[in-house]
Amino acid sequence: MSDLTKLTLKAALAGLKARDFSSVDITKAHIEAIEQARGLNAYVLETPDQALAMAAESDARLARGEGGALEGAPLGIKDLFCTDGVRSTAASKILGNFVPAYESTVTSQLWRDGAVMLGKLNLDEFAMGSSNETSAFGPVINPWRRDGSDAALTPGGSSGGSAAATAADLCLAATATDTGGSIRQPAAFTGTVGIKPTYGRCSRWGIIAFASSLDQAGPIAKTVEDAAIMLRSMSGHDVKDSTSLPVEVPDFASYVGRSVKGLRIGVPKEYRVPGMPAEIEKLWADGIAWLKDAGCEIVEVSLPHTKYALPAYYIVAPAEASSNLARYDGMRYGLRAGGPSLTDVYEESRAQGFGEEVKRRILIGTYVLSAGYYDAYYLKAQKVRRRIADDFDQAWQTCDALLTPTAPSAAFALGEQSDDPIAMYLNDIFTVTTNLAGLPGLSLPAGRDAQGLPLGLQLIGRALDEGTLFSLAGALERAAGFTAKADRWW
Amino acid sequence: MAIDAATVRKVARLARIREPEERLEPLAQELNTIISWIEQLEEVDTDGVEPMTSVVAVALPLRDDVVTEGGDTSRILSNAPKSADGFFIVPKVVE
Amino acid sequence: MSEKSKLIQGRTGPWEIVLGLEIHAQVASNSKLFSGAAVGFGAGPNEQVALVDAAMPGMLPVINRHCVEQAVRAGLGLNAQINLWSRFDRKNYFYPDLPQGYQISQFKDPIVGEGIVEVERDDGTIFIVGVERLHLEQDAGKSIHDLDPNFTYVDLNRAGTALMEIVSKPDMRSSDEAASYVKKIRTILRYLGACDGDMEKGNLRADVNVSVRRPGAELGTRCEIKNVNSYRYIQQAIEYEARRQIEILEDGGSIHQETRLFDPTKIETRSMRSKEEAHDYRYFPDPDLLPLVLDPAWVQSIKDSLPELPDPKRKRFESQYGLSHYDAGVLVADQARAAFYEQAAAGRDAKLVANWTVNNLLGRLAENGGDIENSPIPPEDIAGLVKLIEDGVISSKIAKEVFDHMWAGEGTPAQVVEKFGLVQITDTGAIEASIDKIMAANPDKVEAAKERPQALGWFVGQVMRDTGGKANPAAVNEILKVKLGL
Repeated sequence: MSDLTKLTLKAALAGLKARDFSSVDITKAHIEAIEQARGLNAYVLETPDQALAMAAESDARLARGEGGALEGAPLGIKDLFCTDGVRSTAASKILGNFVPAYESTVTSQLWRDGAVMLGKLNLDEFAMGSSNETSAFGPVINPWRRDGSDAALTPGGSSGGSAAATAADLCLAATATDTGGSIRQPAAFTGTVGIKPTYGRCSRWGIIAFASSLDQAGPIAKTVEDAAIMLRSMSGHDVKDSTSLPVEVPDFASYVGRSVKGLRIGVPKEYRVPGMPAEIEKLWADGIAWLKDAGCEIVEVSLPHTKYALPAYYIVAPAEASSNLARYDGMRYGLRAGGPSLTDVYEESRAQGFGEEVKRRILIGTYVLSAGYYDAYYLKAQKVRRRIADDFDQAWQTCDALLTPTAPSAAFALGEQSDDPIAMYLNDIFTVTTNLAGLPGLSLPAGRDAQGLPLGLQLIGRALDEGTLFSLAGALERAAGFTAKADRWW
Repeated sequence: MAIDAATVRKVARLARIREPEERLEPLAQELNTIISWIEQLEEVDTDGVEPMTSVVAVALPLRDDVVTEGGDTSRILSNAPKSADGFFIVPKVVE
Repeated sequence: MSEKSKLIQGRTGPWEIVLGLEIHAQVASNSKLFSGAAVGFGAGPNEQVALVDAAMPGMLPVINRHCVEQAVRAGLGLNAQINLWSRFDRKNYFYPDLPQGYQISQFKDPIVGEGIVEVERDDGTIFIVGVERLHLEQDAGKSIHDLDPNFTYVDLNRAGTALMEIVSKPDMRSSDEAASYVKKIRTILRYLGACDGDMEKGNLRADVNVSVRRPGAELGTRCEIKNVNSYRYIQQAIEYEARRQIEILEDGGSIHQETRLFDPTKIETRSMRSKEEAHDYRYFPDPDLLPLVLDPAWVQSIKDSLPELPDPKRKRFESQYGLSHYDAGVLVADQARAAFYEQAAAGRDAKLVANWTVNNLLGRLAENGGDIENSPIPPEDIAGLVKLIEDGVISSKIAKEVFDHMWAGEGTPAQVVEKFGLVQITDTGAIEASIDKIMAANPDKVEAAKERPQALGWFVGQVMRDTGGKANPAAVNEILKVKLGL
């Protein structure tokens, strides 16, 4: 039974279709695994009854020879996606026991394609964080440990639960979101594959908003092809989201395995940051060599405004968040505290309901938008953002995709960085540029550090060119041969 | 631009988040650290640069003027901390 | 230019009032500006609320094409510049009837720019009011404070409804001018079908900015009086507020810029205490919405499809129908009235139709609190009545009686005349007979008439009485003159 949880999504779908096992079988296997893995704290809500009911329906369809692209596959859902009739919290106390009466577009497409919901996955509160330490439900523990150590490590964030669950075989794949790196960095920390698609590729309707111009949904999966299969089901134009792109969804999986010969790979020199660990430098060099072997041309490029991406992000994202989170006020849903006056209730509900990092970002965001500061901060940041996007446009003249490390380190220990917000923010240094420019970025595991922890490489592509990323990622995956899984200690 | 405790108090009020007095000074310091770090943006020459108002280069889509939703008050009130007779009940506003 | 008559005499000298208005007009549409919930009056609480309107987590706005079109139409009706590129901004503040914690509005780049409106004062003179801009924004829900002593009840039916905010330049100088301006805007919007202008329902309301200054001096500090929803209240609020400010200034004080409310029972304005800290709305472009780009061809097609507006229609009525400025004004004040008139006037004596429509029909409707839309007399019957007069079948006097019967629903003019035997007597023989009878019965008056020709009127009256009012008065006059030897 437990072997079923070790399958890739692709293999599981084939097995289900061939009726080698049933959806109820594989779902039960996952439910058991989840029960045994509660020490990881990856799931904030388990939905076994619903999962088994959905699995049974999938089995009925499979028996009739019908079935969608994800028929019968048990998945985990980041608790930032609103799920109809199932509590959705954004890992925050302020939503209380909020039960949406609606389903996010992305998850509704997964159910349309026959997938099964195992439960809601842990995350940094309101997706604000890079270590899953800000969750109201407590941190997620990385299934990976340093060789010879049992120190609890972070799985990264904000999609820490999605990454940990996928890495520990507690779901075949998971949905996640990425605003500054929240899919890619956790994928790198847990040896999984994650992709943030082009802004507008997936609908944001029904996803609890953090920073509207930066948020994107995407999958975390065990292999490149699994990620491609997931992304296809998740993507698509949605008339209910005005920023959703009216474009066709390609068959992403068909790009995995295609030849990458002749593609030009840009290596941005500004990503070589001072103090970069030697292991990460080496991994990057390995990646370059692998792609060269596969027939790619390597080009050095310059993205001169790279270092300003993080500060620009930490103006734009908090500003948008401060406004998006104003609706959490204790009036129509969620936690209501304090009183008797209206102002008391607002201030007390939000003080009690929001965690420290969320409050910090709301205060920054409110400050940078406040009278007298708008031009100096928000407007300036949006102009710098344009510069960053222009840098990429310039780069595309000489290359088709960029190769960089995903994160500046391997997974760190819980509590190690949570005292210093800026140290925490620097985790996103390689990923945040793509959110600002709206470009697709993919992370895949490519090596391990001296302590055995997974390290990731990132591919950045042109807008709407996820296909090229999947082709390149497939080539890197083959070359890197990363098949390691975390030793089970839970 | 230095943020002091008074600014934090004002910003916290704008954001409707209660911060106890003893938190104002430490918060001012935390926020100052972040704001100073952010201020390196001043180095960037942005003369004549248009701010990036939208990541996607399409225009705003328009929808038809038809009624597609509503009528189900339970859907709207189901999570309300306090409601009655179809209304949300909220603390008294002092006008 | 200020006129002496509009200045207010204070204790220490004359003062000029300077007024600017921000009119909020609810767009006439089926659904809301950014959601698919219904718009309209009378539903139960929270029955017209979409998930977007309730600001549920993860909800996103999608703009209503019809509302955009109405804003363009309104802009064209104000002779204003249509901005082909405009943007939506968030105006952030906390209030229970504002679920998102921000209102989606337009701050820096509105859909409509500067325009001009010609307004007529009560005395017939014209003044110009400049329009600064028109933008689209969401309306808020309703907070009801008097259902419970300790709690406020919130109904979000109105939350998210499309509003057009029309901001005038500070060009008005008296409460009458302000009221006339609002009337004009209302008429234009009703003509365009962009807003029904129902002030009682709050579909059209005004924020009035009032300041005072010595004639020729710099602009004074203004106070804003919010949400005034009738012409009378607008005038009363302005007059009270101007006096309040003048008193303060004459006592040596200064005006604090603030927001005030008008209390119609006490007829005074008072400060809104909850706004003691100046609002910092932290406007920024709404990242859920892309810029609004209008196709010039679409704007042109809207322009081509506009109905004739009140000012050009009034001028046409004066020239085409030969109507007085006043009558033309009354008829075009409402598009339905104007349409009624033109239908009735077709092929008829236009001035006569105007008299009957304005003096009789509209007069009677006003007395009974009705309007032209539910007139018991259709336009073809007014036309019919006038035709009977034109043909001499009835006199103007008898026509009044016919009108009364028509009002009571007793039939078309022809039917009424038939039923009540009101056909005018033009048969000279019958008239002569009546005259002879009366002359014979009053020989002394016949004698007196030779001395006093004005006595003719008495005879005319008698003949009219004798014939039940049906004799043709002109004919009676003619024949009497001959018979009396005048």
